[in-house]
Amino acid sequence: MNIHEYQAKDVLARFGVATLKRAVAESPAETARAVEKLGGAGPWVVKAQIHAGGRGKAGGVKLVRSAAEAESFAAGLLGKPLVTHQTGPGGRVVRRLLVEEGCKIARELYLGLTLDRAASQVAVIASAEGGVEIEEVAARGPEKILREAIEPVVGFQAFQGRKLGSHLGIPAASLGKLARLIQGLYDAYLATDASLIEINPLVLTDAGDLVALDAKMSFDDNGLFRHPDVRELRDVNEEDPRETEAQKYELSYIALEGTIGCMVNGAGLAMATMDIVKHAGGEPANFLDVGGGASAEKVAAAFRIILADRHVRAVLINIFGGIMRCDVLAEGVVQAAKEIQLKVPVVVRMEGTNVEQGKKILADSKLNIITAVDMADAARKAVQAAAA
Amino acid sequence: MSILVNRATRVVTQGITGATGQFHTRTCREYGTQMVAGVTPGKGGTDFEGIPIFDTVEEARRKTGCDASVIYVPPPFAADAIMEAADAGVELVICITEGIPILDMVRVKQYLRGRRTRLIGPNCPGVITPGECKIGIMPGYIHKPGKIGVVSRSGTLTYEAVHQLTQLGIGQSTCVGIGGDPVNGTGFVDVLELYNRDPGTEGVILIGEIGGTAEEEAAAYVKREMKKPVAAFIAGQTAPKGKRMGHAGAIIAGGKGTAADKIDAFRAAGIAIAPSPAELGVTLKAALGR
Repeated sequence: MNIHEYQAKDVLARFGVATLKRAVAESPAETARAVEKLGGAGPWVVKAQIHAGGRGKAGGVKLVRSAAEAESFAAGLLGKPLVTHQTGPGGRVVRRLLVEEGCKIARELYLGLTLDRAASQVAVIASAEGGVEIEEVAARGPEKILREAIEPVVGFQAFQGRKLGSHLGIPAASLGKLARLIQGLYDAYLATDASLIEINPLVLTDAGDLVALDAKMSFDDNGLFRHPDVRELRDVNEEDPRETEAQKYELSYIALEGTIGCMVNGAGLAMATMDIVKHAGGEPANFLDVGGGASAEKVAAAFRIILADRHVRAVLINIFGGIMRCDVLAEGVVQAAKEIQLKVPVVVRMEGTNVEQGKKILADSKLNIITAVDMADAARKAVQAAAA
Repeated sequence: MSILVNRATRVVTQGITGATGQFHTRTCREYGTQMVAGVTPGKGGTDFEGIPIFDTVEEARRKTGCDASVIYVPPPFAADAIMEAADAGVELVICITEGIPILDMVRVKQYLRGRRTRLIGPNCPGVITPGECKIGIMPGYIHKPGKIGVVSRSGTLTYEAVHQLTQLGIGQSTCVGIGGDPVNGTGFVDVLELYNRDPGTEGVILIGEIGGTAEEEAAAYVKREMKKPVAAFIAGQTAPKGKRMGHAGAIIAGGKGTAADKIDAFRAAGIAIAPSPAELGVTLKAALGR
C-alpha cells in the first residue's frame, strides 16, 4: 500500500525526522489560506498530492511568492488529471495540495530504506545525487549508490551513519544529525511494517540541518493487519476501482491493457497464463489470481470484475485444481454467466481435482463455452475468439 | 533416492486443529506420509484421527521423534511457529502459510542462522517425493516416481510442470516449492546443490518468476557447478513494472528483476529455456537428450 507525501511526512515527523512546516489544501481558497497560515517572507512551495513520481517535471509543483499566486496555481491543478511518466496516459486527478515553507538548500541527497532481498535484511540506500530518480543514478554508475544492511538483532549502528556520511561528503558537524535521521527512518520502518521509505531529495540546508524535502512510504500489505492507523491512510481514489473491488473478495487482480480476460488460480500460473496469451499473439486484459480455496461466489465475483473491463473480447479460464476443485470453479462460472448474460466467448482449461465433474457441469450448462485440452490450446483458442 | 524427504520422514503438523491443517494432514497421511504428531497450544493430550496432539513442538519431538514439521498456522503466529520448531531441533520445517509480514521473516531468518534447521517456504506448496512422502498441499496423484527434480517459486505452476512430465512418462525424484515471498528459508541454489549431489536425480526443472535476483544466483551456480541438465521457465515475462503480481516477491522494482535479465542469465549458464509454460516438459526432455 502507498500513501501520499504529506501523510508520509506526518508519519516520519513522529519519529524525529525533520520536515518543513506544512499545510494541506483541497481548494484554491484553502491553498491561499495555507500560505497565510504558514506566514514568513516566502517563497512557499505548492505540490500536487498523487501517488506517482515525476510531479515536478509534469508541472505539479510550483514555487509561489504570494497567497494569490498559490491560489491561481491551485485553481489550475485541483480536480484535473496530472500526467507524469509514472501515471500512464490518463494521469491521476489532483484532489489535494501540500503547501510548504521554503528552505535554503546547500545540497540535495538521496536516502532510502528497503528490503535487501539477497541479505534478507533492511538496507539503507544513499546517494550524493539527490533530486533525480535512483534508477537513473544506478544506470549511470552503480558505484554511486551506497548500501548499508542493518542487522536485525543489533539495529542501525552509529558507525554506519558516519560511514555513509563520509561517503556522501556530509560536513562533520552534521554527521550526528544524519545518524539520528537514519535511526528515525529505521524506527518508522519497523514500527509501521514499511516496505519502502524514500527521501528524495534529502536536503542539507545552509545551516547544516538535514530536512526531508520529499517523502515516499510504501507498506507491506501482509503487515497491515497490525496497523489500523496506517490502514486509515489508504486513498482509494488512487487505486483502480476494479482492483479495489477485487480486494473485497480477496482476489488478486491487476488491470492491464489487452483484450483477453484471464482467470487463474495461483500467482505463478496466472503470470504464466498472461505470458502464453502473449506468446499466442494476444494481449492479456488483466492478471487475476482467484487463490487456493476459492468458493463459487468468489469465482463469480472474479468473473464480474473481468467482464467489467469493456476492452475484454474473450475470457480465458485456466485452473489447475489442487485445493481448488474443478467442480466448484465450474459452478461459479455457470452462476456468474447466467447472472450477467454473457456476451463474450469463454475458453476453459481445467485440470486436477474433480476435473470430470467440472467438465460435466460446464457441458450441461448449455453456455457458449469453448473447452481446451491444455494451456497452449487454451491460449490459441482465446486469441482466435477475441479476434472473431 | 530423493532429497529432503522420504519414506522414513516423520512429520508433525503445527496448526493441526484448523480446517486447513486437518484437511492436509489427512490427505498427506492417505498419500503414505508418516504423520506422527500435531501441535496446537491448549489442545495437548487430545488427538486428531489417532494422531496425538501436543501443546508444544518440543514435547511432540521428544515423544514422537518427528524430524520434519509442516506449518499451517495463520500469518500473525507463523513466524513464532517456525522459531518454535527450530528451537525444538526439528531438522526440516515447511511453512505453507501465506501472508506472513516480511519483517517477521527478516527476524526468523536471523534466528535460523547457526541453527541446524532448514526452512522451506513460507507461502509454498511444500515438498513431495512421489510414492514416498508428501508434505504440503499439492495434489498427490499428478506425480510419478522418477528421476527429475522440480523446484519452483510458484505452486500451481509447479503442478503444471509436474503434470506435463507425468504425461510424457517422466517421473520426479523430489519436487520442492520454495515459495513466492521475498524472504524465504531455502533458495534455488540450496535446492540445486541437493539435486546435484543426489544420485536419484538426473535433471532439473526450475521455475522462476519476476522480482529479486534468486534466478540470477541460480544461473551462476548452474554455470559453476551443476553436472545435470536444467530446463527453466520464468513467469511474468509480460508483467508491467511496479505491480505486485500476487506474490509479494513478484514485482519488478527499480528496473530490477525483469524476466529478460533472468532469461539472459539462464541462457549464459547453458540452461534450456521453455519458450512457453506449455513446453516445460518437452524442453526438459530435449535437454536430457531423449
